[in-house]
Amino acid sequence: MRAVVDFLRTASAALRILLLFTVIFGIAYPLVVTGVAQIPGLQSRADGSPVTRSGSVVGSTLIGQSFTDPKGNPLPQYFQSRPSAAGATGYDPTASSASNLGPESIVDTLPDPAQNGGTGKQSLLTQVCARSLAIGSLDRVDGSRPFCTPDGVGAVLAVFWSGPGYSGHVTRVVSLDQACPTTPFLATYQGVAVECARFGQDYSRGQVVPIRGNAPAHPAVPADAVTASGSGLDPEISPAYARIQEAVVAKTRNIPVPQVVALVAQYQKGRDLGFMGEPRVNVLQLNLALDRQYPMSAH
Amino acid sequence: MSDTWAGIVFLVTLVAALALVHRPFGDYMARVLTGTRHLAVERGLYRVGGIDANADQTWSRYLRSVLAFSAVGVLFLYLLLRVQHSFWPPYAVPQMSAAQSFNTAASFVTNTNWQSYSGENALGYVVQMVGLTVQNFASAAVGIAVAIALVRGFARNRTDRLGNFWVDLVRISLRILLPISLVLAVVFVGAGMVENFHHYATVHTIAGGSQTIPGGPVASQEAIKELGTNGGGFYNANSAHPFENPTTWTNWIEIFLLLVISFSLPRTFGTMIGDRRQGRAIVAVMAVLALTSVVLLLVFQGIHHGTVPTAVGGATEGTETRFGIPDSGIFATGTTLTSTGAVDSFHDSYTSLGGAMLLLNMMLGEIAPGGTGSGLYGILVLAVIAVFVAGLMVGRTPEYLGKKLGGRELKFASLYLLTTPALALVGTAIAMALPGERAGMLNSGAHGLSEVLYAFTSAANNNGSAFAGLSVNTVWWNYALGIAMLLGRFLPMVFVLGLAGSLGRQKPVPVSEGTLPTHRLLFVGLLTGVAVVVVALTYFPALALGPLAEGLH
Repeated sequence: MRAVVDFLRTASAALRILLLFTVIFGIAYPLVVTGVAQIPGLQSRADGSPVTRSGSVVGSTLIGQSFTDPKGNPLPQYFQSRPSAAGATGYDPTASSASNLGPESIVDTLPDPAQNGGTGKQSLLTQVCARSLAIGSLDRVDGSRPFCTPDGVGAVLAVFWSGPGYSGHVTRVVSLDQACPTTPFLATYQGVAVECARFGQDYSRGQVVPIRGNAPAHPAVPADAVTASGSGLDPEISPAYARIQEAVVAKTRNIPVPQVVALVAQYQKGRDLGFMGEPRVNVLQLNLALDRQYPMSAH
Repeated sequence: MSDTWAGIVFLVTLVAALALVHRPFGDYMARVLTGTRHLAVERGLYRVGGIDANADQTWSRYLRSVLAFSAVGVLFLYLLLRVQHSFWPPYAVPQMSAAQSFNTAASFVTNTNWQSYSGENALGYVVQMVGLTVQNFASAAVGIAVAIALVRGFARNRTDRLGNFWVDLVRISLRILLPISLVLAVVFVGAGMVENFHHYATVHTIAGGSQTIPGGPVASQEAIKELGTNGGGFYNANSAHPFENPTTWTNWIEIFLLLVISFSLPRTFGTMIGDRRQGRAIVAVMAVLALTSVVLLLVFQGIHHGTVPTAVGGATEGTETRFGIPDSGIFATGTTLTSTGAVDSFHDSYTSLGGAMLLLNMMLGEIAPGGTGSGLYGILVLAVIAVFVAGLMVGRTPEYLGKKLGGRELKFASLYLLTTPALALVGTAIAMALPGERAGMLNSGAHGLSEVLYAFTSAANNNGSAFAGLSVNTVWWNYALGIAMLLGRFLPMVFVLGLAGSLGRQKPVPVSEGTLPTHRLLFVGLLTGVAVVVVALTYFPALALGPLAEGLH
């Protein structure tokens, strides 16, 4: 009996303290912070740092956007943001996300030819290769990268051996990320002709061998341009990625390149206090400045 | 400044700032926890709560109070989560399933803050505030309270009293966590973190598309999320989200906050037992382990070996431009060495060996410096084991801080050490044996095993970070990880308080010739060695099958 009374007393104290905590930390504390945040100067930040153009909000300086047409093709008059894994089409703030693909995500699941327009499941390597190729062709720079095929997928072989444990001689070689009828990036490997990969085939008995190729170790398309950010909402790009885009933006807007270069320099931020984070360029602010100073002639 | 130097300066400034506040903050916490005066507002709380604030509790009563408060917390949060969709959400929120509500309630009450949901479309503002923010404070305070009870066990003699849980809980929350959170939340708003109750607003972008921008009382939760080593993100992308971590210096502050209590508590410990050299030895062990870990991680991320990082030319997948790779790596180390689990970059995409370091950090039992409170009691339990090992070597009865370590004490310490590895490894084994659960892996092969191992290690150690590729919002994963979190939190607390009780009852052993000095370099080395060896022996086979197999081919 005493144990029961004791238990009830402890439980009721626990409940009452929890409710008091709820009032203090769950209601009063956030409301006080929100109240202080109404001070002019803080308010716009507390509201999400909105950016306006001709009176209407077009986004937030802190949240990245896509600068593409409805089909997802980049609009060449704008600087492009990084790849994004947020939502189905990227830069969806209601679905912030990273890709979560690992460093050895290199083998694609090929699209089912029976399903029209299917894309299968691309490995991170193939995503990187494809982006690099596309950016290279848009910005007229070399889009090649180590471990990528010239057609922009992962250069990855499945090598089958005659003996157990990858011993003996090579019997068969398949380029795993190149779906038939693509011509493999390598004609032969250790004297054996390389095949293209077919949907639904099981190549898991083969040894997975990525092929480095002879692309430069420091590719022309920078690292941030071919990788998705942690949030999928990264508002910024590296100065290096801005640099390779300058010429195309200038050409599309029909203005001299140095004017675009100067504008990028104006919007480039260094490391805070000289050592925090990385140098970067806010893409939305830069593009808004472009539209303001060098508007596209009406189509 | 080169990339490398900027990263080094970033790390050095953090270490310097932590060293600077170690003394004053540690002493302040000791004053808060040993003072005899109650503030007026505290007296009010005790009156409404029906608590005798001057009653000293035995270890079992202290434990029952901890468990009662936590159980009520889980129940209350569970109910809130089940009904939250019906009150004033800023957008259409679906009802959360029973399994996911259980998982989330267990997660926030245990200071794990594992999230199988995505904040921006699963939770309304009301539950974020009155549910999650409250537990961000409460769970952190519970951890510190239990650590302080253990310290009292060492400090007191011939008594079965360890202090009053309710008083500890209230003082830690009101006098330590609240003031710091309040100030930092306002600073965070100044940096661009949002703090509003707006409906989600759809805007038309300059490229002709549309974008829906969320809001919420984020800054107020963010401050306590880091300070209390909680780590549950307001949004899915956690501290990588620009609204949760808008700039490079908020990143610095967030890392500082999630380390500051745990790195200062050894000072509190030293002050309370009346021998500050002991606290210095403990913080030295923490610092050695943490610095070794962060340097190794930065090297692994910097040389970025592996196929995709080589193709990319850097381990940038899953990192934000503003933070860069070194600062992201420092955050990742801090968050896994404590029980935080917040992320500003995504661990699943780290290099194989970098990811292995993050796993190892959690496997270390989060003692360097560990979660708020749990880090201190974790390393003190390891110190008990280390003293015992030394005693075996010289053939003397082991004693630590003037207390004999007999069978009863060692049983509690050993049970403590066995709990989390058992939960992590058995959980992983069961998941891998069930084909349906295994299919939740995003990546295949060794990396997939790492995802599962990471999930259970994170849950059992109450960390909450993830190799986020794993699909964990299934009934099985929600319950399995929820149970792992509860057992991983409260079983060790039972053993710690049991240990505290039996230490407090002893009469002090006088220091003699043969006493092992536990404040010298020798002991620092011994304790570091024991920490590493225990982890290595426990987890090496699992690590070899996962990240090491992936990284060393």
